[in-house]
Amino acid sequence: MAELIATPGQTIGPFFHEALPYDHDRELVPPGGAGAIRLHGYVYDGAGAGAPDALVEIRQADAAGVVPTTEGSLCRLGAAFTGWGRGSTDRTGHYWFSTVDPGPVRPGAAAFFAVTVFARGLLNRVFTRCYLPEHEAALAADPLLAGLDPGRRAGLVARREPDGGLRFDIHLQGDAETVFLTFPGHRS
Amino acid sequence: MTERTEALPSQRDISAEIVALHDAAEVGETQPRLHFPPYRSSLLRHPTKNPRPADPEGAELVAPVFGHSDVDPLEADLTVQSGGEPIGERMLVRGRVVDGDGRPVRRQLVEIWQANAAGRYVHQRDQHPAPVDPHFTGLGRCLTDDDGGYAFTTIKPGAYPWRNHRNAWRPAHIHFSLFGTDFTQRLITQMYFPGDPLFALDPIYQSVTDPAARERLVAGYDHDLSEHEWLLGYRWDIVLTGSHATYLEPEDHDG
Repeated sequence: MAELIATPGQTIGPFFHEALPYDHDRELVPPGGAGAIRLHGYVYDGAGAGAPDALVEIRQADAAGVVPTTEGSLCRLGAAFTGWGRGSTDRTGHYWFSTVDPGPVRPGAAAFFAVTVFARGLLNRVFTRCYLPEHEAALAADPLLAGLDPGRRAGLVARREPDGGLRFDIHLQGDAETVFLTFPGHRS
Repeated sequence: MTERTEALPSQRDISAEIVALHDAAEVGETQPRLHFPPYRSSLLRHPTKNPRPADPEGAELVAPVFGHSDVDPLEADLTVQSGGEPIGERMLVRGRVVDGDGRPVRRQLVEIWQANAAGRYVHQRDQHPAPVDPHFTGLGRCLTDDDGGYAFTTIKPGAYPWRNHRNAWRPAHIHFSLFGTDFTQRLITQMYFPGDPLFALDPIYQSVTDPAARERLVAGYDHDLSEHEWLLGYRWDIVLTGSHATYLEPEDHDG
Protein backbone atom coordinates (compact mmCIF):
# COMPACT_ATOMS: atom_id res chain seq x y z
CA MET A 1 0.00 0.00 0.00
CA ALA A 2 1.33 3.42 -0.85
CA GLU A 3 2.54 5.30 2.16
CA LEU A 4 0.26 8.15 3.21
CA ILE A 5 1.75 11.54 3.97
CA ALA A 6 1.75 12.25 7.67
CA THR A 7 -0.19 15.07 9.26
CA PRO A 8 2.23 17.91 10.08
CA GLY A 9 3.25 18.52 13.65
CA GLN A 10 2.79 21.88 15.34
CA THR A 11 4.29 23.35 18.48
CA ILE A 12 2.91 22.29 21.84
CA GLY A 13 2.62 26.02 22.61
CA PRO A 14 2.64 27.63 26.06
CA PHE A 15 -0.72 26.47 27.37
CA PHE A 16 -0.39 22.69 27.78
CA HIS A 17 0.13 22.59 31.53
CA GLU A 18 -3.51 22.08 32.45
CA ALA A 19 -3.93 19.41 29.79
CA LEU A 20 -0.94 17.09 29.60
CA PRO A 21 0.64 16.89 33.07
CA TYR A 22 -1.25 14.76 35.58
CA ASP A 23 -0.72 13.31 39.05
CA HIS A 24 2.36 11.07 39.23
CA ASP A 25 3.04 11.59 35.51
CA ARG A 26 6.81 11.49 36.08
CA GLU A 27 6.76 8.65 38.59
CA LEU A 28 7.19 5.42 36.63
CA VAL A 29 7.97 3.96 40.03
CA PRO A 30 7.23 5.58 43.37
CA PRO A 31 10.13 7.81 44.45
CA GLY A 32 12.25 6.28 47.18
CA GLY A 33 11.22 2.70 46.52
CA ALA A 34 13.63 -0.19 46.03
CA GLY A 35 15.57 0.28 42.80
CA ALA A 36 14.09 3.72 42.13
CA ILE A 37 16.44 6.24 40.58
CA ARG A 38 15.99 9.84 39.61
CA LEU A 39 16.57 10.61 35.92
CA HIS A 40 16.75 14.37 35.61
CA GLY A 41 18.29 17.31 33.84
CA TYR A 42 17.60 20.60 32.14
CA VAL A 43 16.19 21.54 28.77
CA TYR A 44 18.27 24.45 27.47
CA ASP A 45 17.70 26.86 24.60
CA GLY A 46 20.42 28.16 22.31
CA ALA A 47 21.35 30.94 24.73
CA GLY A 48 21.89 28.44 27.53
CA ALA A 49 18.72 29.43 29.36
CA GLY A 50 16.50 26.74 30.81
CA ALA A 51 13.23 26.27 28.92
CA PRO A 52 10.43 26.64 31.48
CA ASP A 53 7.74 25.46 29.07
CA ALA A 54 9.09 22.18 27.74
CA LEU A 55 7.68 18.69 28.10
CA VAL A 56 9.82 15.54 28.14
CA GLU A 57 8.46 12.04 27.63
CA ILE A 58 10.40 8.81 28.13
CA ARG A 59 9.75 5.25 26.99
CA GLN A 60 11.86 2.43 28.35
CA ALA A 61 12.34 -1.23 29.10
CA ASP A 62 12.11 -2.49 32.65
CA ALA A 63 15.19 -3.60 34.56
CA ALA A 64 15.01 -6.99 32.82
CA GLY A 65 15.00 -5.45 29.37
CA VAL A 66 11.32 -6.01 28.66
CA VAL A 67 9.35 -3.11 27.21
CA PRO A 68 6.01 -3.16 29.03
CA THR A 69 2.71 -3.02 27.19
CA THR A 70 0.73 -2.52 30.37
CA GLU A 71 -1.95 0.14 30.67
CA GLY A 72 -2.18 2.45 33.65
CA SER A 73 0.24 5.28 32.89
CA LEU A 74 -2.43 7.96 33.43
CA CYS A 75 -3.83 6.46 36.60
CA ARG A 76 -0.86 4.99 38.35
CA LEU A 77 -1.88 2.58 41.06
CA GLY A 78 1.64 1.85 42.24
CA ALA A 79 1.79 -1.72 41.02
CA ALA A 80 2.24 -1.82 37.28
CA PHE A 81 5.39 -0.56 35.61
CA THR A 82 4.23 0.88 32.29
CA GLY A 83 7.60 2.05 30.96
CA TRP A 84 6.33 5.46 29.97
CA GLY A 85 6.36 8.81 31.71
CA ARG A 86 5.83 12.49 31.09
CA GLY A 87 7.54 15.37 32.85
CA SER A 88 7.12 19.09 32.31
CA THR A 89 10.01 21.43 33.08
CA ASP A 90 9.86 23.86 35.98
CA ARG A 91 10.66 27.56 35.85
CA THR A 92 14.37 26.80 35.55
CA GLY A 93 13.98 24.26 32.74
CA HIS A 94 14.49 21.29 35.06
CA TYR A 95 12.67 17.99 34.54
CA TRP A 96 12.82 14.75 36.51
CA PHE A 97 11.51 11.20 36.50
CA SER A 98 11.42 8.55 39.18
CA THR A 99 12.12 5.30 37.39
CA VAL A 100 14.45 2.32 37.16
CA ASP A 101 17.50 1.72 35.00
CA PRO A 102 16.31 0.08 31.79
CA GLY A 103 17.90 -3.25 30.99
CA PRO A 104 19.30 -4.13 27.56
CA VAL A 105 16.54 -5.38 25.26
CA ARG A 106 18.82 -8.11 23.88
CA PRO A 107 22.18 -9.46 25.00
CA GLY A 108 24.91 -6.97 24.26
CA ALA A 109 22.55 -4.12 23.43
CA ALA A 110 23.22 -0.71 24.94
CA ALA A 111 20.46 0.26 27.38
CA PHE A 112 18.75 3.58 26.77
CA PHE A 113 15.65 5.63 27.43
CA ALA A 114 13.82 6.75 24.30
CA VAL A 115 13.13 10.47 24.76
CA THR A 116 10.73 12.89 23.09
CA VAL A 117 10.93 16.64 23.69
CA PHE A 118 8.25 19.25 23.12
CA ALA A 119 8.41 22.98 23.88
CA ARG A 120 6.89 26.30 23.07
CA GLY A 121 9.02 27.59 20.21
CA LEU A 122 9.80 24.08 19.01
CA LEU A 123 7.60 23.60 15.95
CA ASN A 124 7.67 19.81 16.02
CA ARG A 125 8.64 17.16 18.54
CA VAL A 126 12.22 15.95 18.56
CA PHE A 127 13.47 12.49 19.49
CA THR A 128 16.68 11.50 21.18
CA ARG A 129 18.13 8.74 23.35
CA CYS A 130 19.54 8.80 26.84
CA TYR A 131 22.02 5.95 27.24
CA LEU A 132 23.13 4.47 30.54
CA PRO A 133 26.82 5.20 31.11
CA GLU A 134 27.81 1.69 32.17
CA HIS A 135 28.62 -1.26 29.91
CA GLU A 136 31.26 0.39 27.75
CA ALA A 137 31.43 -2.56 25.39
CA ALA A 138 27.74 -2.26 24.62
CA LEU A 139 28.04 1.49 24.10
CA ALA A 140 31.02 0.98 21.81
CA ALA A 141 29.03 -1.52 19.73
CA ASP A 142 25.92 0.68 19.45
CA PRO A 143 25.33 1.60 15.79
CA LEU A 144 24.06 5.11 16.52
CA LEU A 145 26.82 6.04 18.96
CA ALA A 146 29.51 4.52 16.76
CA GLY A 147 28.71 6.99 13.99
CA LEU A 148 29.05 10.10 16.14
CA ASP A 149 32.14 12.13 16.92
CA PRO A 150 33.14 11.91 20.59
CA GLY A 151 31.82 15.31 21.58
CA ARG A 152 28.35 14.72 20.25
CA ARG A 153 28.31 11.12 21.44
CA ALA A 154 28.94 12.25 25.00
CA GLY A 155 25.74 14.27 24.93
CA LEU A 156 23.66 11.11 24.55
CA VAL A 157 25.15 9.32 27.54
CA ALA A 158 23.75 10.18 30.95
CA ARG A 159 26.07 10.84 33.88
CA ARG A 160 25.70 8.60 36.93
CA GLU A 161 25.35 10.60 40.13
CA PRO A 162 26.55 9.60 43.59
CA ASP A 163 23.01 8.77 44.73
CA GLY A 164 22.55 6.40 41.78
CA GLY A 165 20.55 8.88 39.76
CA LEU A 166 21.16 9.89 36.17
CA ARG A 167 21.76 13.39 34.85
CA PHE A 168 20.79 14.04 31.24
CA ASP A 169 20.64 17.57 29.84
CA ILE A 170 18.93 18.38 26.58
CA HIS A 171 20.32 21.26 24.52
CA LEU A 172 17.89 22.29 21.80
CA GLN A 173 20.59 24.39 20.14
CA GLY A 174 24.15 25.61 20.67
CA ASP A 175 27.65 24.18 20.98
CA ALA A 176 26.40 21.26 23.05
CA GLU A 177 23.32 20.70 20.85
CA THR A 178 21.85 17.29 21.59
CA VAL A 179 21.87 14.72 18.80
CA PHE A 180 18.26 14.41 17.69
CA LEU A 181 17.07 11.47 15.67
CA THR A 182 15.02 10.77 12.59
CA PHE A 183 13.52 7.36 12.00
CA PRO A 184 12.78 5.68 8.66
CA GLY A 185 9.08 6.56 8.69
CA HIS A 186 9.69 10.27 9.21
CA ARG A 187 9.81 12.90 6.52
CA SER A 188 11.31 16.33 6.93
CA MET B 1 2.06 47.42 27.27
CA THR B 2 2.57 50.27 24.81
CA GLU B 3 6.36 50.28 25.19
CA ARG B 4 6.46 46.55 24.78
CA THR B 5 4.32 46.47 21.67
CA GLU B 6 6.27 49.29 20.04
CA ALA B 7 9.35 47.09 20.05
CA LEU B 8 7.51 44.32 18.24
CA PRO B 9 7.63 43.81 14.47
CA SER B 10 4.49 44.55 12.49
CA GLN B 11 2.24 42.02 10.82
CA ARG B 12 3.52 43.42 7.53
CA ASP B 13 7.09 42.53 8.54
CA ILE B 14 6.11 39.04 9.63
CA SER B 15 4.00 38.42 6.54
CA ALA B 16 6.86 39.52 4.28
CA GLU B 17 9.20 37.09 6.04
CA ILE B 18 6.68 34.27 5.60
CA VAL B 19 6.30 34.99 1.88
CA ALA B 20 10.06 35.07 1.36
CA LEU B 21 10.52 31.74 3.13
CA HIS B 22 7.68 30.14 1.17
CA ASP B 23 9.01 31.44 -2.13
CA ALA B 24 12.38 29.84 -1.40
CA ALA B 25 10.95 26.54 -0.15
CA GLU B 26 11.04 23.30 -2.08
CA VAL B 27 7.73 21.69 -2.87
CA GLY B 28 6.94 18.76 -0.65
CA GLU B 29 8.22 19.84 2.75
CA THR B 30 5.36 18.23 4.55
CA GLN B 31 6.41 18.92 8.15
CA PRO B 32 7.00 22.30 9.78
CA ARG B 33 10.39 23.96 9.56
CA LEU B 34 11.92 23.90 13.01
CA HIS B 35 13.78 27.09 12.13
CA PHE B 36 11.04 29.46 11.09
CA PRO B 37 12.12 33.00 12.08
CA PRO B 38 8.67 34.63 11.68
CA TYR B 39 7.77 32.52 14.73
CA ARG B 40 10.19 34.36 16.97
CA SER B 41 10.19 31.75 19.72
CA SER B 42 11.73 29.25 17.29
CA LEU B 43 14.94 31.29 16.98
CA LEU B 44 16.67 29.92 20.07
CA ARG B 45 14.79 26.63 20.24
CA HIS B 46 15.40 24.97 16.89
CA PRO B 47 18.13 22.39 16.48
CA THR B 48 20.63 23.63 13.89
CA LYS B 49 21.99 20.23 12.88
CA ASN B 50 20.16 17.73 10.72
CA PRO B 51 18.57 14.95 12.72
CA ARG B 52 20.62 11.78 12.78
CA PRO B 53 19.08 8.76 11.02
CA ALA B 54 18.57 5.90 13.45
CA ASP B 55 16.99 2.48 13.25
CA PRO B 56 14.38 2.24 15.97
CA GLU B 57 14.96 -0.47 18.51
CA GLY B 58 13.74 -1.60 21.89
CA ALA B 59 11.45 0.90 23.53
CA GLU B 60 11.24 2.95 20.34
CA LEU B 61 9.34 0.14 18.64
CA VAL B 62 6.53 -0.02 21.19
CA ALA B 63 4.21 2.84 22.05
CA PRO B 64 2.88 3.09 25.58
CA VAL B 65 -0.41 1.32 26.09
CA PHE B 66 -3.45 3.07 27.54
CA GLY B 67 -6.74 1.56 28.53
CA HIS B 68 -10.06 2.09 30.17
CA SER B 69 -8.38 2.34 33.55
CA ASP B 70 -6.69 5.47 32.23
CA VAL B 71 -9.50 7.34 30.49
CA ASP B 72 -13.11 7.93 31.52
CA PRO B 73 -15.45 8.08 28.50
CA LEU B 74 -16.92 11.30 29.91
CA GLU B 75 -13.60 13.01 29.23
CA ALA B 76 -14.49 13.10 25.53
CA ASP B 77 -17.34 15.55 26.16
CA LEU B 78 -15.92 18.94 27.11
CA THR B 79 -19.39 20.42 27.49
CA VAL B 80 -20.46 18.40 30.52
CA GLN B 81 -17.40 18.50 32.73
CA SER B 82 -17.87 21.55 34.87
CA GLY B 83 -21.33 21.57 36.32
CA GLY B 84 -23.03 23.74 33.74
CA GLU B 85 -23.31 24.56 30.08
CA PRO B 86 -20.33 26.37 28.57
CA ILE B 87 -20.97 29.41 26.38
CA GLY B 88 -20.26 29.18 22.67
CA GLU B 89 -20.91 27.25 19.51
CA ARG B 90 -21.35 23.57 20.41
CA MET B 91 -19.47 21.31 18.01
CA LEU B 92 -18.39 17.76 17.40
CA VAL B 93 -15.02 16.82 15.94
CA ARG B 94 -14.72 13.26 14.72
CA GLY B 95 -12.06 11.48 12.73
CA ARG B 96 -9.70 8.54 12.44
CA VAL B 97 -6.10 8.07 13.48
CA VAL B 98 -4.24 5.90 10.96
CA ASP B 99 -0.60 5.03 10.33
CA GLY B 100 1.33 5.67 7.14
CA ASP B 101 -0.14 2.54 5.57
CA GLY B 102 -3.67 3.62 6.37
CA ARG B 103 -4.12 1.11 9.17
CA PRO B 104 -6.21 2.23 12.12
CA VAL B 105 -4.41 3.09 15.33
CA ARG B 106 -6.62 1.24 17.76
CA ARG B 107 -7.34 1.86 21.42
CA GLN B 108 -4.77 4.58 21.67
CA LEU B 109 -4.80 7.81 23.64
CA VAL B 110 -5.89 11.14 22.12
CA GLU B 111 -5.59 14.27 24.26
CA ILE B 112 -6.86 17.74 23.34
CA TRP B 113 -6.73 21.21 24.83
CA GLN B 114 -8.11 24.48 23.60
CA ALA B 115 -9.23 28.02 24.38
CA ASN B 116 -12.85 28.74 25.20
CA ALA B 117 -15.26 30.51 22.85
CA ALA B 118 -13.79 33.87 23.84
CA GLY B 119 -10.23 32.81 23.06
CA ARG B 120 -9.15 32.29 26.67
CA TYR B 121 -7.32 29.27 28.10
CA VAL B 122 -7.76 28.15 31.69
CA HIS B 123 -3.94 28.32 31.92
CA GLN B 124 -2.79 30.81 34.57
CA ARG B 125 -0.23 32.32 32.23
CA ASP B 126 -2.92 33.28 29.71
CA GLN B 127 -3.31 37.01 30.32
CA HIS B 128 -5.68 37.71 27.42
CA PRO B 129 -8.43 39.94 28.88
CA ALA B 130 -11.27 37.77 27.63
CA PRO B 131 -13.69 36.06 29.99
CA VAL B 132 -12.96 32.72 31.59
CA ASP B 133 -15.94 30.38 31.25
CA PRO B 134 -16.56 28.72 34.62
CA HIS B 135 -18.18 25.81 32.82
CA PHE B 136 -15.37 25.08 30.37
CA THR B 137 -11.87 23.78 30.96
CA GLY B 138 -11.03 23.05 27.32
CA LEU B 139 -9.40 19.71 28.26
CA GLY B 140 -10.37 16.35 26.76
CA ARG B 141 -9.16 12.78 26.38
CA CYS B 142 -10.38 9.65 24.67
CA LEU B 143 -9.23 6.28 23.41
CA THR B 144 -9.59 5.50 19.73
CA ASP B 145 -11.98 2.71 18.84
CA ASP B 146 -11.26 -0.43 16.84
CA ASP B 147 -11.39 1.56 13.62
CA GLY B 148 -8.99 4.24 14.90
CA GLY B 149 -11.95 6.56 15.40
CA TYR B 150 -12.12 9.35 17.94
CA ALA B 151 -14.77 11.98 18.71
CA PHE B 152 -14.96 14.98 21.02
CA THR B 153 -17.95 17.16 21.81
CA THR B 154 -16.76 20.63 22.64
CA ILE B 155 -17.20 24.36 22.06
CA LYS B 156 -15.63 26.04 19.05
CA PRO B 157 -12.56 27.88 20.33
CA GLY B 158 -12.04 31.57 19.67
CA ALA B 159 -9.01 33.23 18.09
CA TYR B 160 -6.69 34.89 20.56
CA PRO B 161 -3.89 37.45 20.57
CA TRP B 162 -0.24 36.69 21.33
CA ARG B 163 2.96 38.64 21.45
CA ASN B 164 4.94 37.28 18.53
CA HIS B 165 4.45 40.60 16.78
CA ARG B 166 2.19 43.61 16.99
CA ASN B 167 -1.51 42.78 16.60
CA ALA B 168 -0.72 39.06 16.28
CA TRP B 169 -3.70 36.68 16.44
CA ARG B 170 -3.70 32.92 16.39
CA PRO B 171 -6.34 31.32 14.17
CA ALA B 172 -8.81 29.27 16.20
CA HIS B 173 -7.38 25.82 16.86
CA ILE B 174 -7.55 22.73 19.02
CA HIS B 175 -4.29 21.16 20.23
CA PHE B 176 -4.10 17.41 19.62
CA SER B 177 -1.68 14.96 21.23
CA LEU B 178 -1.43 11.51 19.60
CA PHE B 179 0.33 8.21 19.98
CA GLY B 180 0.77 5.48 17.41
CA THR B 181 1.76 1.86 17.75
CA ASP B 182 5.47 2.78 17.69
CA PHE B 183 6.95 5.33 20.07
CA THR B 184 8.48 7.04 17.03
CA GLN B 185 4.99 7.96 15.76
CA ARG B 186 4.39 10.38 18.62
CA LEU B 187 2.73 13.56 17.38
CA ILE B 188 1.51 16.82 18.86
CA THR B 189 -0.21 19.16 16.45
CA GLN B 190 -3.04 21.66 16.05
CA MET B 191 -6.35 21.34 14.22
CA TYR B 192 -7.71 24.45 12.51
CA PHE B 193 -11.10 25.43 11.13
CA PRO B 194 -11.91 25.87 7.44
CA GLY B 195 -11.73 29.29 5.85
CA ASP B 196 -10.05 31.11 8.73
CA PRO B 197 -8.96 34.60 7.57
CA LEU B 198 -6.02 34.48 9.98
CA PHE B 199 -4.26 31.59 8.23
CA ALA B 200 -2.09 33.76 5.97
CA LEU B 201 -0.97 35.86 8.92
CA ASP B 202 -0.01 33.09 11.33
CA PRO B 203 3.65 32.04 11.45
CA ILE B 204 2.93 28.79 13.30
CA TYR B 205 0.47 27.54 10.69
CA GLN B 206 2.70 28.87 7.91
CA SER B 207 5.77 27.08 9.30
CA VAL B 208 4.55 24.20 7.12
CA THR B 209 5.73 25.59 3.79
CA ASP B 210 3.90 23.14 1.51
CA PRO B 211 0.32 24.36 0.91
CA ALA B 212 -1.14 20.88 0.52
CA ALA B 213 0.53 19.82 3.76
CA ARG B 214 -0.89 22.84 5.60
CA GLU B 215 -4.35 21.87 4.41
CA ARG B 216 -3.98 18.61 6.33
CA LEU B 217 -4.20 20.63 9.53
CA VAL B 218 -7.62 21.99 8.63
CA ALA B 219 -10.77 20.11 9.59
CA GLY B 220 -13.63 19.87 7.13
CA TYR B 221 -17.13 21.00 7.97
CA ASP B 222 -19.28 17.87 7.66
CA HIS B 223 -23.01 18.44 7.64
CA ASP B 224 -23.63 14.73 8.15
CA LEU B 225 -21.97 15.09 11.55
CA SER B 226 -24.03 18.11 12.52
CA GLU B 227 -27.02 17.28 14.69
CA HIS B 228 -30.47 18.77 14.35
CA GLU B 229 -30.94 21.70 16.73
CA TRP B 230 -27.87 20.63 18.68
CA LEU B 231 -24.36 21.05 17.22
CA LEU B 232 -22.13 21.54 14.17
CA GLY B 233 -19.88 18.72 12.99
CA TYR B 234 -16.28 18.73 11.79
CA ARG B 235 -14.24 15.87 10.46
CA TRP B 236 -10.48 15.65 10.88
CA ASP B 237 -8.44 12.56 10.09
CA ILE B 238 -4.88 12.20 11.33
CA VAL B 239 -2.08 10.26 9.64
CA LEU B 240 0.91 9.28 11.76
CA THR B 241 4.31 8.49 10.33
CA GLY B 242 4.74 5.00 8.94
CA SER B 243 4.87 2.19 11.44
CA HIS B 244 7.99 0.05 11.40
CA ALA B 245 7.19 -2.67 13.88
CA THR B 246 4.18 -3.88 11.96
CA TYR B 247 5.76 -4.15 8.53
CA LEU B 248 6.42 -7.82 9.05
CA GLU B 249 3.04 -8.66 10.48
CA PRO B 250 0.49 -10.37 8.25
CA GLU B 251 -2.24 -8.17 6.87
CA ASP B 252 -5.17 -8.04 9.17
CA HIS B 253 -8.57 -8.50 7.63
CA ASP B 254 -10.85 -7.16 10.29
CA GLY B 255 -10.24 -3.46 9.66
